[in-house]
Amino acid sequence: MSQQIALRTDDLAVTYTGNRNVEALKGVDVEFPENRLTAIIGPSGCGKSTLLKSLNRLHDIQSNVDVSGDVLLEGRSIYDTDEPAPEIRRRIGYVPQTPTPLPLSIYENVAYGVKIHGDYESKSDLDDLVESYLRKVNLWEEVRDRLETPAAELSTGQIQRLCLARSLAVEPDVLLCDEVTSALDPISAERVEETLESLKTEYTIVMVTHSMDQARRLADEVVFLYLGELVESNDTRSFFENPQRERTRSFVRGHTIAETDGDETNENDAEAESEPADEPVPAER
Amino acid sequence: MEESIESGDADRRSDRLGRRLLVERLSSYWLRGAGYFAIGLFCLIVLTLVHRSLPLLAEYSLVQMLTSANWDPSQNQFGFLPAIVGTIYVAALSMLMGTPIAILVAIYIAEYAEGRLKVIVSSFIDVLAAIPSVIFGLVALLVVVPFVGNYLAPAVGASATGLGIFTVSLVMAIVVTPFMISLSVESLEALPDELRESSLGVGATKLETIRSVLLRAAGPGIFSAVLLGFGRVFGATIVPAMLIGGQTQMPDSLFATGQTLPTLIVSDFGELMSIPITQSALIFVGLMLVVVVWFFNFGAMLVQRRLRRRWQY
Repeated sequence: MSQQIALRTDDLAVTYTGNRNVEALKGVDVEFPENRLTAIIGPSGCGKSTLLKSLNRLHDIQSNVDVSGDVLLEGRSIYDTDEPAPEIRRRIGYVPQTPTPLPLSIYENVAYGVKIHGDYESKSDLDDLVESYLRKVNLWEEVRDRLETPAAELSTGQIQRLCLARSLAVEPDVLLCDEVTSALDPISAERVEETLESLKTEYTIVMVTHSMDQARRLADEVVFLYLGELVESNDTRSFFENPQRERTRSFVRGHTIAETDGDETNENDAEAESEPADEPVPAER
Repeated sequence: MEESIESGDADRRSDRLGRRLLVERLSSYWLRGAGYFAIGLFCLIVLTLVHRSLPLLAEYSLVQMLTSANWDPSQNQFGFLPAIVGTIYVAALSMLMGTPIAILVAIYIAEYAEGRLKVIVSSFIDVLAAIPSVIFGLVALLVVVPFVGNYLAPAVGASATGLGIFTVSLVMAIVVTPFMISLSVESLEALPDELRESSLGVGATKLETIRSVLLRAAGPGIFSAVLLGFGRVFGATIVPAMLIGGQTQMPDSLFATGQTLPTLIVSDFGELMSIPITQSALIFVGLMLVVVVWFFNFGAMLVQRRLRRRWQY
């Protein structure tokens, strides 16, 4: 159990200010162990995406967000630091929920971050980098003959893997994935899951997911948020088989029933559960 | 008894259905008619212009008219070149001055300005866009013309009264820039936040994100904003008429007075429309304007569609 901690939060609170104040996260302490895949689960609007985005200061680009508390990468604060935000975001990569190709060729999408940071010696060096990261996400064979075509021409599943390659190419320490399979058809989702599976021994991955099944299949650790508060975090096996808190028990049970009910309703649930990008509304009625 | 009530209900319902379907069908005719009306109007205008241009084209060589610098309707000299050159100068110069500023301001409003400041800046841009262009002409007569005539032109060694191509271009740039800004802001703000997050998420700075990702993704929209601005400058009438000096000659410098195609029509149509061949010449100028502007809009649409299909934003 003595696992190195790559990333942890310290009393992290996020409030959306605006017409009305919404406390999306209320003082969360959570640890993300190194070279493990941690899944963040919880009902819609519980602050999953908010937590994820505050882990690499993506809230900086919005004006109506207050972040307090701290996030520590390898023991050092990413908020109270001289290190510029772009460098922090290079070390803590982020893949958004919607497959988002940059308006560039397939090649340039992977090379984008590498070129910005100047982390290559020559053109052939860059070519090798691009190839190796495309291989890493199992995309190389599918695109090797059309590297110069616009990335937008790929299927959404391929684009999502391309996004993973783009993020990995700048050699982050941590990779944040926001429901990366929720916009995909089942087969593409499976490919992306396989990719994550193969990456998780090498990278610290934090993944938001709405699917209990996915968490169970992929994750080493599970973090359960409810209404902006941490309910429980544990390794996947203990979390599902021996939940410590009543709320976790009912959430796990509720979802298990829903998920054995039939796959089609589950698909719809997935749609309904995707979070609004900037102002999560507490789900409680 | 009950049955007859029920059948009465059914009759009423089917009557009603019949009427509803009739209204439905008629309204589709109406609406289609309204749509075709727009097309018909355009065709009518073009046909009129063509028809009324024919007398001129029958009598004089088109190539000769387009390349001759001699415009003197009273002597039956119809050289369009000075007005064509003037129009191109004005359009090119105002776009050169207006486009970079428009794009910079649009980037500021869409990506940098926050909160109240953003609201204030963008509402001022909208107010500017709503000012009738004749007001710009008036203010320019009081401010820009003396400035150009007394300071700017002498500073670069040109003698000028202040009226002329440069002044018109400057003022037209000011007139169309707010439009280009509004349209460009719209296309930047329409981009999904995921695009920004994807770029920032690999460690790009804000400026790098804007330069290599956002401007490219919003490119089709910004491009069409610029072309629409171009079309407006091309067809602008009142500002050039007030400020260009109204002399139909080949401009020998940027500060020279001159003529554009619209001002050629405006300055001559009062007295000379009574002479049939001159009338025909001015109408031909109008035809050229319509064709060129139409080409630009059409080209803009094609390029925009191509770019959009390529990047899918």
